[in-house]
Amino acid sequence: MRYIRPSSLEDAIGLLVEASGKAAILAGGSDLLVRMKGGFIEPELIIDIKAIDALRHITESEDGFVIGAAVPCAVLGENAALRRAWPGVVEGANLIGSKQVQGRCTIVGNLCNASPAADSVPALVAAGAKALIRGPAGSRTIAVEMVPVGPGKTSLAPGEIIEAILLDKRQPRSGDAYQRFTPRTEMDIAVVSAAVNLTLDDQGVVQSARVALGAVAPTVLLVEEAAEILTGSRVDDKTLDRLAAACSGACRSIDDKRGTVEFRRKVAGVLAKRVALAAYQRAGQK
Amino acid sequence: MMVGIAVSTNINGDNAEFLCHADETLLDVLRDRLGLMGAKEGCGTGDCGACSIILDDRLVCSCLVLGAEAEGRRIETVEGMAQGDQLHPLQQKFLEHAALQCGICTPGFLIAAKDLLAKNPDPTEEEIRFGLAGNLCRCTGYDKIVRAVQDAAGVMRGA
Ligand SMILES: Cc1cc2nc3c(=O)[nH]c(=O)nc-3n(C[C@H](O)[C@H](O)[C@H](O)COP(=O)(O)OP(=O)(O)OC[C@H]3O[C@@H](n4cnc5c(N)ncnc54)[C@H](O)[C@@H]3O)c2cc1C
Ligand code: FES
Ligand code: FES
Repeated sequence: MRYIRPSSLEDAIGLLVEASGKAAILAGGSDLLVRMKGGFIEPELIIDIKAIDALRHITESEDGFVIGAAVPCAVLGENAALRRAWPGVVEGANLIGSKQVQGRCTIVGNLCNASPAADSVPALVAAGAKALIRGPAGSRTIAVEMVPVGPGKTSLAPGEIIEAILLDKRQPRSGDAYQRFTPRTEMDIAVVSAAVNLTLDDQGVVQSARVALGAVAPTVLLVEEAAEILTGSRVDDKTLDRLAAACSGACRSIDDKRGTVEFRRKVAGVLAKRVALAAYQRAGQK
Repeated sequence: MMVGIAVSTNINGDNAEFLCHADETLLDVLRDRLGLMGAKEGCGTGDCGACSIILDDRLVCSCLVLGAEAEGRRIETVEGMAQGDQLHPLQQKFLEHAALQCGICTPGFLIAAKDLLAKNPDPTEEEIRFGLAGNLCRCTGYDKIVRAVQDAAGVMRGA
């Protein structure tokens, strides 16, 4: 095995193409190195992207935020402007692992590992985040929910690297939130998770919403019916009950040691309610 | 024959150079090539924190860092905490509070607590428990560790 740390994205893509499928991109390594040690993968080449300066920053512009693919999740939590604009996204990213893992793990690694339970992904999907992808054929930008296609599988073509995650400029009176259910409070994998992102009009009525559920299907689910229920409401009790029913109904979960189908359905509804209220309160404060 | 990767780094304030294989973890380099036995391997998968070190001011699990990644970086390990015979306040308080039994987890806890107090000099009990959630201890039941960290924080603040 070889290890290379290119200093430009072009070089990284060139190396990736050359290795034709036998190279792995290393960001924080908190999935990749665990899988290598377990013998599940044996790449011939490790391409460490952390020396590529363009990937190491969070930048804020007229259009919103650009979060470079090599930025560890701890840095997201330390960015006050990002926390203010997208508290739910930061909440999800900062739930990954421990302090030790936070110093290394990235949201792009979390997305590309393509676990249905990935903690940063539901909030990114609810936020309408996009992935900026670069490859041998140039750049393309796709919705984050189009990246994972099933457990452990992504839609990235050979030679493609995610350069950054893009978040829109925040509209006034907007809020987002993410919560997960785990048996332990820290260092555990979500049994069910939910994220809600919404924008209110100047009367406090929900103008637009996005609702995403994690760990209840092979990929994170965007629940459009739930978003329609929230839209036009003031997130009152009746709306919340309908939201919960829609989210429970959308689950395509499995029975495993972490929870039964029935339990996951129920908890998806409960979490969706809590998260919708949290997002609504945050939106009302802005 | 595999050619080693030459790495220059800084460990506890001293420049260090080593050769390692591409798939060798920083934990293995520290222990097997540099003789720094403080960081321990508990799980090897990021779950227990026994291998904790500070890499460019960030607490990380050295079992999930490649040795080659240390190039040009600054590493702090438990070996750098005491100044000569003078124990670091955290080490002193761990002894006074009997915050260790078998001691396997202790270097990881000391480094994690050092990082925690550098960022938050006056943490609440809850902040300490959350901050150290990436470090597992099978012996002490954690209470003594939390008390030792609180006490050391006071000493370090000059309280
Ligand atoms: C102790 C521990 C606890 C954990 N707890 C959680 C948790 O609570 N919640 C959770 O969701 N996850 C958890 N994880 C899993 C892991 O930490 C996350 O999925 C993390 O976000 C992965 O990011 P990374 O940068 O470390 O990825 P890496 O391991 O570097 O990469 C992951 C995958 O993505 C690919 N990749 C990385 N960057 C790019 C890129 N720019 N373009 C294309 N492909 C790329 C890699 O090749 C690899 O296949 C935990 C892991 C550990 C070890
Ligand atoms: S040995 Fe590294 S976390 Fe357990
Ligand atoms: S003292 Fe034995 S594991 Fe902590």
